[in-house]
Amino acid sequence: MDAFTSHTGIGIPLRRTNVDTDQIIPAVYLKRITRTGFEDGLFAAWRGDPTFVLNQPDFRAGSVLVAGADFGTGSSREHAVWALMDYGIRVVISPRFADIFRGNSAKAGLVAAQVTQDEVELLWKLLENEPGTQVTVDLQKQTITAGPLVIKFQIDPYIRWRLLEGWDDISLTLRHADEIANFEATRPAFKPVTQ
Amino acid sequence: MGRTLAEKVWNAHVVHSAEGEPDLLYIDLHLVHEVTSPQAFDGLRQAGRPVRRPDLTLATEDHNVPTLFQAGPDGTRSRNLLIEDPVSRTQVETLRANCAEFGVRLFPMGDYEQGIVHVVGPQLGITQPGMTIVCGDSHTSTHGAFGALAFGIGTSEVEHVLATQTLPLKPFKTMAITVDGTLAPGVTAKDIILAVIAKIGTGGGQGYVLEYRGEAIRALSMEGRMTICNMSIEAGARAGMIAPDETTFDYVQGRDHAPQGEQWDRAVEYWRSLHTDDDATFDAEVVLDGNALTPFVTWGTNPGQGLPLADAVPDPESIADDNERLATEKALSYMDLTPGTPLRQIHVDTVFLGSCTNGRIEDLRAAADILRGRTIDPTLRMLVVPGSMRVRAQAEEEGLDRVFLDAGAEWRSAGCSMCLGMNPDQLAPGERSASTSNRNFEGRQGKGGRTHLVSPLVAAATAVRGTLSSPADLDPAPAPAGSNA
Repeated sequence: MDAFTSHTGIGIPLRRTNVDTDQIIPAVYLKRITRTGFEDGLFAAWRGDPTFVLNQPDFRAGSVLVAGADFGTGSSREHAVWALMDYGIRVVISPRFADIFRGNSAKAGLVAAQVTQDEVELLWKLLENEPGTQVTVDLQKQTITAGPLVIKFQIDPYIRWRLLEGWDDISLTLRHADEIANFEATRPAFKPVTQ
Repeated sequence: MGRTLAEKVWNAHVVHSAEGEPDLLYIDLHLVHEVTSPQAFDGLRQAGRPVRRPDLTLATEDHNVPTLFQAGPDGTRSRNLLIEDPVSRTQVETLRANCAEFGVRLFPMGDYEQGIVHVVGPQLGITQPGMTIVCGDSHTSTHGAFGALAFGIGTSEVEHVLATQTLPLKPFKTMAITVDGTLAPGVTAKDIILAVIAKIGTGGGQGYVLEYRGEAIRALSMEGRMTICNMSIEAGARAGMIAPDETTFDYVQGRDHAPQGEQWDRAVEYWRSLHTDDDATFDAEVVLDGNALTPFVTWGTNPGQGLPLADAVPDPESIADDNERLATEKALSYMDLTPGTPLRQIHVDTVFLGSCTNGRIEDLRAAADILRGRTIDPTLRMLVVPGSMRVRAQAEEEGLDRVFLDAGAEWRSAGCSMCLGMNPDQLAPGERSASTSNRNFEGRQGKGGRTHLVSPLVAAATAVRGTLSSPADLDPAPAPAGSNA
């Protein structure tokens, strides 16, 4: 995973709550067996609507998505994160993220930045009044800067550290291989096996 | 200080714990299906890593599979094993190749054990109390019905578990959901969970493990408990749990992978300790009165947008909060519903009975009891899709297939089917369903499709009347021929 320190890009105001993972990428687009190429499925149903924010020229090249509460609810599909990243999104800002989505984002290197509902409203107003506004997300300082706004965002400290370092979890875990083996030796005999 | 059920199971699986780091948790069972695993196996290959514990890993084909059962030229009936969509076919073939390469046991289409991953585990007896269970599928919460800590994971985590049989996780907070009282006839586990989600919202459970407690929960069968835990994720919670009791032990005992003899006694002794201590505290508590519950249906585009069937479509004008009003307007526009319309007047085109939420034998029995001696409304179609091939065989042994076919419904093979628009079973644009599945998101059952989530009883009654209905709305079924009744 590439390390993430800071990113600057056009902000995209997505005035929706409960953006579930079936909206981010419908199931019919999940059939690929590769880890890339999911951008065609991103918001597939909504992209048919010419008024949808990503269809507007000012926002098409955006990379910082600002959405309503409960972003990423529903299915565990990590493809939702891949679709956002394949499209070019690097940061999603929302007052509340679904747990699995937040975890998947951390694994794939997408920053899920949590702010308050009032702060999202401020960002929406700014981005709608001044389309094309550049938004800077600094993971080191945990700040979002857009026009006159400077907003502190929340992110789990461990996830932040991993993103800043670009660590991948499997390598981190395998440092504890001996402890895993020791644990396995103590598992009760009544636990089932599949074979 | 006492501990909750979730904390007991968590603590029993901590491999490594350090300040400022997530706990490293051991995983007892990893369930795998074709959609969320190919990139994980690919990652192992690229890093030259094996599957650490193939003997704790189990795979089945479910999301992409067609469910048609058809007559062959010689008159025998068999499953349609051909996946026509080449991309779906590749995904299923990739799972088969990966399982063969890495030594993982797989139940492919055509196997007697094939079915939806969350139906297969419990029916094999491989889902047991006190286990940690994960799968690249958010409805893994289903297995919490046994007092297991079970939750959905993303593909990177699937790779992590395949490689290490562990997951780094931050402890969850705990929320007690107590449902007191006794359910009225016609009210089911599905109505409980739809009411819970409507009460706490789709984000209400975020960061929590939900523990369902109380008299109404204890009275439920294992099937009912699985329905409830299954939809914990729709309230935002990764996991839901119910403390194991005699109902749980009776269900597990004698199944293929259940402990035997002395091991069984040891297991049960341990399982009896898996309950929340009297002096333990939850981070949050919610109470519902089971006596007051009635059949519940959704009207909107997330599972929290539900109401009692006796109510009417809500009016956005009456909602003060701007964002909530906007969300309601968008949902009603997508669902093509007019505020004030009684929910009972909503006509559906399709009834879907199945899924990991309500595709078990008890669900089929409940629906068949309503449909026996009745026929479905001729303007709609009804798909009955057993959750596994074992459920299908059991239903046929009990003659339920005849009840469904005689009523005019379709009798299918096992798979996720119309729960998600990924296989041939889909709604057409603009079509409306009453569905026993778990998600009413826009386009979930097919692009442009409109979904009302319901219980199996409401599904069956709706199929008969054509509009959203409960069994209480039906005229008495005609007495079967030859009966004196």
